[in-house]
Amino acid sequence: MTIRRPALRDIAFVLAVPDHGRKVITGVNSIARNEGIDSGMAVADARVLYPTLEVIDEPPGLAARLLRALAVWCIRYSPVTAIDAPDGLLLETTGCDHLWGGEEAYLTQILYRLRANGYDVRGGMADTIGAAWAVARYSMSARGSGQGASIVPRGQATAAMLELPPAALRLAPDLVDRLQKLGLIRIGPVVRIQRRALQRRLGPELLLRLDQAFGIEEEPLLPVQPVLPYHERLPCLEPIGTTGGVAIGLERLLDMLCGRLQRDGKGLREAVFKAWRIDGRLMQAQIGTNRGSNHAPHLFRLFEEKIRGFEPGPGIELFTIDAPKTEDVSPLQKTLWTGACGPDDPRLSELVDRISNKLGAGLIHRYLPAEHYWPERAYAPARGFDDAPASVWPSDRPRPIRLLSIPERIEVAAPIPDYPPMHFRHHNTLHKIVRADGPERIEQEWWIDRAQHRDYYVVEDETGARYWLFRSGHYTGDHSNQWYLHGFFS
Amino acid sequence: MSAVHPDTIQQLRQEILLREGLRPPSAAAVDMGLGPVAAAFPQGVFPTGAMHELLSDGPEGAAAGGAWVAALIGRLMVGEGACVWIGPRGTFYPPALKAYGVEPDRVVFVDIRKEKEGLWAIEEALKCEGLAAVVGEISEVSFLASRRFQLAVEQSRVTGFLLRDRPRNRQPIATVARWQITPLPGGLAAPSMPGVGFARWNVELLRMRGGQPGRWEMEWREGRMRQVEGVEGVEGALPVRKGEVHRKTG
Repeated sequence: MTIRRPALRDIAFVLAVPDHGRKVITGVNSIARNEGIDSGMAVADARVLYPTLEVIDEPPGLAARLLRALAVWCIRYSPVTAIDAPDGLLLETTGCDHLWGGEEAYLTQILYRLRANGYDVRGGMADTIGAAWAVARYSMSARGSGQGASIVPRGQATAAMLELPPAALRLAPDLVDRLQKLGLIRIGPVVRIQRRALQRRLGPELLLRLDQAFGIEEEPLLPVQPVLPYHERLPCLEPIGTTGGVAIGLERLLDMLCGRLQRDGKGLREAVFKAWRIDGRLMQAQIGTNRGSNHAPHLFRLFEEKIRGFEPGPGIELFTIDAPKTEDVSPLQKTLWTGACGPDDPRLSELVDRISNKLGAGLIHRYLPAEHYWPERAYAPARGFDDAPASVWPSDRPRPIRLLSIPERIEVAAPIPDYPPMHFRHHNTLHKIVRADGPERIEQEWWIDRAQHRDYYVVEDETGARYWLFRSGHYTGDHSNQWYLHGFFS
Repeated sequence: MSAVHPDTIQQLRQEILLREGLRPPSAAAVDMGLGPVAAAFPQGVFPTGAMHELLSDGPEGAAAGGAWVAALIGRLMVGEGACVWIGPRGTFYPPALKAYGVEPDRVVFVDIRKEKEGLWAIEEALKCEGLAAVVGEISEVSFLASRRFQLAVEQSRVTGFLLRDRPRNRQPIATVARWQITPLPGGLAAPSMPGVGFARWNVELLRMRGGQPGRWEMEWREGRMRQVEGVEGVEGALPVRKGEVHRKTG
């Protein structure tokens, strides 16, 4: 704000938003704060304290936008940068600080750069998010000294926290008030109270915040930009205006990406190729593989179908490729593979990739035996291409080579109970049964479904065609049971 | 006329077969266990690395054809082989393949929704070197499509089977063999025995490029293909009904 309007640098001003018919202060500069004005006050009250106070309306959403932009800017210091609404940024600094010559120099540098841009910032650094949050806001050194940087050495987060007020625990204001009323003005005495008593009297939030500050409870960071380790970009000197150029760009990017993947022993499962046009339009294509692949010609073939719809229009200035999903792969055998290929052969998985990218996923299955007698449940799709069957395929019972997914109703004439029928009618054709085997009773598994059991018969009609028929349920006598055709034997 | 050296004729025959898309059998030819049917193949060896088609007239015949193919791919997949089975969802029952010597978990099933997709998928699969076999359940195959399949398998040496149930167009297409398998009654050891007995088929080889069409009665018994006993007298020489043989002429 002071950058845009330098005149504001030396006068007290506040930002305010209308709230319930009055104006509430949301931001205060340091001069105003010295006059005793703080955020949360009504503008009218503040004017009483300091009549010449400059009040500026805060554009809605400005703070959030600014914070986000700052978070993105901070990515230069650490790849994992998160927003801590409403007024904080969190940086995961593991493995970053040594690049700036130690923790102190690192934090000072960040704060210096931010202050140079006109932001009033304080910084803290500790083992846990909770402790860093607390020392940045409540540590004496952060408040007092002009540096505004307080660093808690490794392993001393607990000790540093004990001296701070309970508000440093990121608690709701009413909870802070209650602690204040109880005379708990430091975290130290709070910690000494039995956990059970705290839980009962003050609720679980306090315990959670304590655990987070002391590193007992894990606390995740949500980065503003997800970290993509496999990302390649290809800026173009001259805008690319032909589809041939797009293909060349894709090829170059894939070579770069696959080279990196091969060095790391990884293969990609998903890749997104993006083409940024001069006029701001973005075209993208996505592919997926069923097994990690770092074979550039294969990936190029998968993309080939998809990039056909790319219109270079006025020209493409930038190509990028991301691999959001990767997995470890065993190094490809370099020798030419000439033998028979089993289910784990890369050539087969490349074929499967091509088919599933063109026709859609979910159409390709490999089946494994499932330990169920019910015929429809006797096999289950394998989850991956490396799954080996956990049990052997049963072959002791006759099973038809063609099974109808839904059994078809047939009309039968059965002579006596528990006998195969004499003839049956299916699709208006009468089949006279000459030979029959059975019954084979298959019970419904009661823990899955509660329908009636089936009595299966293998029957052969006069032409030699063999069928699998079943009667649903018991013979009851007074009403005839329904018969079904379920499959065709060879 | 001077006597032609028998070697020359043999050599010329080989050349004709090569030009027809059949390679001379390698030393590592698979024994398909077909018994007397093998005599119908060129040089007595089942043509692998080529396209076969099987016609059927309804689900009963399709089941018989499927079993015949399963028995063949069971032989082709011995060892480490894998097979791709392309067809509409849920017609064939994977666990039943085990009875014909195929490990169902080594078969990759591709469900197709449209015939056009099926043609594309079959061609892609046929181009994949190293597969033991590709089975496509597809009724309508144009001559052009079959020609593409044939060219693909000549390159990749994959054996392809097309299961054509009730095709509208029965014109010859570019496959090396056309089969029709229909179920036969009475696969019992003795007529007085109860039950259904072994699967028994009437196997008709309607077209065989470079070979001899014929008809056999076969049954699947104890895990292998056998000729039905008691009909040896007509072995291989069962007359094929007229009008069903489509041999290329010229």
